[in-house]
Parts: sequence; structure tokens; C-alpha cells
Amino acid sequence: MSRISATFQRLRSQGRKALIPFITAGDPDAAATVPLMHALVAGGADIIELGVPFSDPMADGPTIQRASERALRQGMSLRKVLALVAEFRGRDADTPVVLMGYANPVEAMGQEQFVQQASTAGADGVLVVDYPPEECADFAARLRAAGMDPIFLLAPTSTDARMAQVAEIGSGYIYYVSLRGVTGAGHLDLGEVVARIPAIRERVGMPVGVGFGIRDADSARRIGTVADAVVIGSRIIEEIESSPRDELAQRVGAFIRGIRAALDERPMAGGAPS
Amino acid sequence: MGKPDLPCSLPDARGHFGPYGGVFVAETLIPALEELRLAYEACREDAQFQAEFSYELAHYVGRPSPIYHARRWSGHLGGAQIYLKREDLNHTGAHKINNCIGQALLARRMCKPRVIAETGAGQHGVATATVAARYGMECVVYMGSEDIKRQAANVYRMKLLGAAVVPVESGSRTLKDALNEAMRDWVTNIGNTFYIIGTVAGPHPYPVMVRDFQSVIGEECVRQVPEMVGRQPDVVIACVGGGSNAMGIFHAYLGMPEVRLVGVEAAGLGLDTGRHAASLLAGRPGVLHGNRTYLLQDDDGQIIETHSISAGLDYPGVGPEHAWLKDSGRAEYVAITDDEALQAFHALCRFEGIIPALESSHALAHAAKLAPTLPRERVLLVNLSGRGDKDMHTVAEKSGIRF
Repeated sequence: MSRISATFQRLRSQGRKALIPFITAGDPDAAATVPLMHALVAGGADIIELGVPFSDPMADGPTIQRASERALRQGMSLRKVLALVAEFRGRDADTPVVLMGYANPVEAMGQEQFVQQASTAGADGVLVVDYPPEECADFAARLRAAGMDPIFLLAPTSTDARMAQVAEIGSGYIYYVSLRGVTGAGHLDLGEVVARIPAIRERVGMPVGVGFGIRDADSARRIGTVADAVVIGSRIIEEIESSPRDELAQRVGAFIRGIRAALDERPMAGGAPS
Repeated sequence: MGKPDLPCSLPDARGHFGPYGGVFVAETLIPALEELRLAYEACREDAQFQAEFSYELAHYVGRPSPIYHARRWSGHLGGAQIYLKREDLNHTGAHKINNCIGQALLARRMCKPRVIAETGAGQHGVATATVAARYGMECVVYMGSEDIKRQAANVYRMKLLGAAVVPVESGSRTLKDALNEAMRDWVTNIGNTFYIIGTVAGPHPYPVMVRDFQSVIGEECVRQVPEMVGRQPDVVIACVGGGSNAMGIFHAYLGMPEVRLVGVEAAGLGLDTGRHAASLLAGRPGVLHGNRTYLLQDDDGQIIETHSISAGLDYPGVGPEHAWLKDSGRAEYVAITDDEALQAFHALCRFEGIIPALESSHALAHAAKLAPTLPRERVLLVNLSGRGDKDMHTVAEKSGIRF
């Protein structure tokens, strides 16, 4: 069983929801990333989504684009991201790491090489934002063959046919994009999310994480009543942007602890996937 | 082994030209592209839509555009005869309007009252603002703040036409960043918004749709050139940024192997300087803006900044069908430097009384190189994709003149 599936199984047995923070590797600089990852885990993160910076992050809003630009200015690259994952693994053998980014750096390295090196580094899942299922069946198969989970996005507008497609080649969990728009946008429609999640979970047969638009303990707690995981990205990047360099890990850790507490205080009834 | 794909039968049902093209976008855009694909496929087969499109091209754009024999310039060069397809005579002064009309009519069919566009130099923005005014649609144009500074006149033209011009401050603040921002608007406002992409790039169905709307250029040529010279041209030459004017003139000739097709990229300060925009000649295949194609990128797969004197060619990618035509050998691609393009610009002004766009000047410059190597009875057909009024500023500055 993959580290991701094991994590969800353990949480399920505890009646808890997964907390998945996102940070961009190399933001604000390469040396900050691994300490931030450890701080996130100490603060209660169950899985870490690690952004691979790209020059043209079309699906992201301005906050994550700024993080990408800071990281690239500091010379971050896909190879260096993989080295950071390996470094993190040196001290944490349990917390799953999902690489999240865009297709072109993967294509530039070569899919086969990327899969091999990501696996060696200790990555557990890969979400390539601009690889929809119909364009990456081979890539997803390669990831699975190497013991990694191909993670896919679903949106409020995704049809049943697409859910079936994602269920077929994806594994680990589904990242449900909770609003129409880009990362960091403000208009989360909680009612729609709550209404849609159970049906989606049933169709895909995987845990469902919800992201895009979750900004505080309250929205996290409410999403947590139906979803299996809560993904928080832009809000953490803002925390990184506003923290003095020497207090980064401490501030981000404190922020994530607040979310963790909110997620855990929820009554334990319902919502667990079958 | 199966029969190789005929270049004129592509793309496949999911928008692939061989290994290129496709739909490389986030899940949030998939339903919008699917809705667009279905709507476009219906219109493609709909005689009424096609009749409406043809009517607008004839009465609003002024088609067919003529072909002109550049006799004095050809004589001066001393070789093959150069003929110009006069897309510069279209309403708004370039080929861009053909596609904008097509997409605006489609938007109207899809009941989308709001259109958005990205623009670099402002030509596609102006064409989009023009059709939005013509059909009474709300129009928002995204433009890099660097480009806004460089293209004040076009920004004002768009505003005159009723469009809102939104400055983009991210990335390099140029065309590709404007494109990213337009995509973000689209994903947020999918219900009421149609995204008019200006070139044969982007996710399927854009490359095939824009090509189809522009292919009127080549279809006219296939009729017009024989009327003038008794046969089809020997060589068809067009500049390639994203590649819409080139696909427009090439497409009707794909099935005529005796007609050479030459695409001309921007070599900027020179291919060996790294300061150019020649994706096909100096790039590698990758994925950007929804399709797999040749891209200018670094070893890590990050997109690099490009340079060309011509803003319309200043783009790090190229339409996927050009990538396929290059690999298959059906078309050949060359590059022309800023200086060579400027020389051709001045030559056309002086010999023919035509001020060409700097984009088109790249195609002209290649014709000027090729003509003297060929006998007088050979026919070169150059797509004069736009007029050069918009480039006065750039050219004057190069000559040390400021207005």
C-alpha cells in the first residue's frame, strides 16, 4: 500500500480528516523549504503538496505565481526540488509528499527520467496540473508502476464520464477544485461543495480532498465535515510572504496548528469514505 | 504499418497533429473547451453559419483581398517574380480580423455576451475590440504592462472601440503573461465569456478553428494566382509567430506537393545570440498554453523570454500544426533577423509604395533572399499579412528619429 493510502486509512480509523498544505519549493529560497516541510508536519500536516515552480503557472492565481517567481529567481529547478524531497525524507520516513506542478519541466527532464528520479527521491504522488487524464495515460501508468500515485483534479463542472476516466487512471486521492477560478480566489461555494462530495467520492472510489478557496479555520472545518482532506495553498504562501525570514517555520507552523485544531474539534460523525 | 497521416487530414478527433497539439489544460477548463469544441463542430457543418461568415468577410472585412505583382521590386532583385497577398488591405489592416469575425459569430451562437482576448502588440486586441463593437459585445483585452507602454496608440484604439484594456503585471509583462491572465479570466467567468484566441495555438479546438477561419486566405490564392499567372505559385512564404497567417495561406496548398511552403520565424538579433523568437528552429518540443509544440525553454523546462523587433512574432511557442509540418517536412522553416526584416520593410516602401507590417517584413525578407537564386519565370507568393502603420514608431526609432 502506498504511503498516501496508508495515511488515509490511518486517519479514517481515527475518524480524522487529512490536512494537506501546499508550499512552493524554493520559496522564498531553497534553504527554507525543508525546515518549512518539517514545521508543517509538526503543526499537524498529514500530506505535503510541494509545488514545482514554473514560469507560466496558468491555473494559479497571483499569490502562487509570485511564489513561483521568487523560487525561480533563486534558481529553483525540478532537479533541485527532487533533491529537497530526498533531504526531507532523510528525517521523515512517513509523511507523504505530492509533487504539484506543470507539464513542461517534466517533459524537459523526460517523463521516464522524472518518474525514476521522483521515486528515488521519495515522492509519493504527482499532480501535473496541465496533464488531464486523456493526455497522460502512459505517464500515469509509469507513476503507478514506480509505486507513486497519479493525482488528478476534478471540478464542479466535471461530468460523470470524466470522473470515471479519473477513477480509472488516478490513485491516492482526488483533488476537488472547489470553485470556478484559479488558486487563491475568494468565492468558495460551500453549499455546492457539501452537496457534491459524497457523489464524487462514490464515483471515484478514492478519498476526496478539497482545495482552492480555503483560507481559514472556519472554512477548513466546514469542508472537513464532508471531504476526506482539506488542501490549503495560497493562504500559507501569504503567511510565508508576510513572515520575517527567521520566523518563517515558526509562523507557518503556528498557522497550520490552528487549522489542525479546527479540523479535529469537529464531531466525529459521518463523512468517512467506504 | 498504416498509411502515414496526410497533412491535410489532421488533426485527429482530440486535436493532435502527430505528437503535437492536444488539450493540456487544468480540469477547470475542460468543460469550457468541450462546449466550444461541440459548438464549433456544429458551425463548421452549418451552411447558414458559413454563409454568415462569408457575408461578413465580404462586406465588413473587404474580402477577397487582392494579389499584387510586386513588379518593380522583383525586377530590382533580378530573379523570381514576387506576388503579394494583400491581407494588409483588410479592415483593421491585417489578417487577424478574419479569425475574430469567425469566433465572434461563434460566441454569439453560444449566447456568450462577453469576449476576452490577449494581445502583444495590440493587433489582435484591436481586431477583437472591433468585432465586439460590431456585434455589441462586452470586451476585455489583457495586455502586458510593458506592451501597454510600447503600444500606446493601439491601447487607445481599443478604448475608442469600447474595450477595457487590463494591464498584466505578472511574469515578463508581455504577451505570454497576458495569455495566462486571459485564461484565468476565462476559467473564472466561463458561463458568460468567450475567449477569442488570436493564433493557431492553445488547446484544441483553437488551433484547428483559427486555421479554418484563416484558411480563406489560401483558398482565395488558389483561385487568384492561376488567374494571374496561369498556374499555382512555386513557393508560398509567410511569417510565423504563433503562425495564424501562415496556416491561413498554407492550408489550401498542403495537398499540392509541388508548391513549396516556407515559414519565416524571427531571428531577432541572430539565432546564435539567444535573443530571438524562433521556436521551430531553436526550440524543443514541450507543453505550454494548452498544447504540445516547439518551445523556447531552458534546460529545466522554464519558458524563456524572446526577442523580435516585431511584437507580433515575439512569442516563445508556435502553433502545433507548424510543429507537425516541420517534422513531416511538408513545410520548411527559416529565420530572418531584425535587420534583414527592416531592409525588406524599407525596400517595399520605396519600390512598391506599400508600408508592410514588421511581421510581414520577415516573409518579404526571405523572398528577397530567395528571388535572385531562381529564374525569372518562377512565382513566389508572399503573405503580406498586415500593414505597417502601427510600426512607424519602432522603425523611426531605429533610424534615430523620435516623433
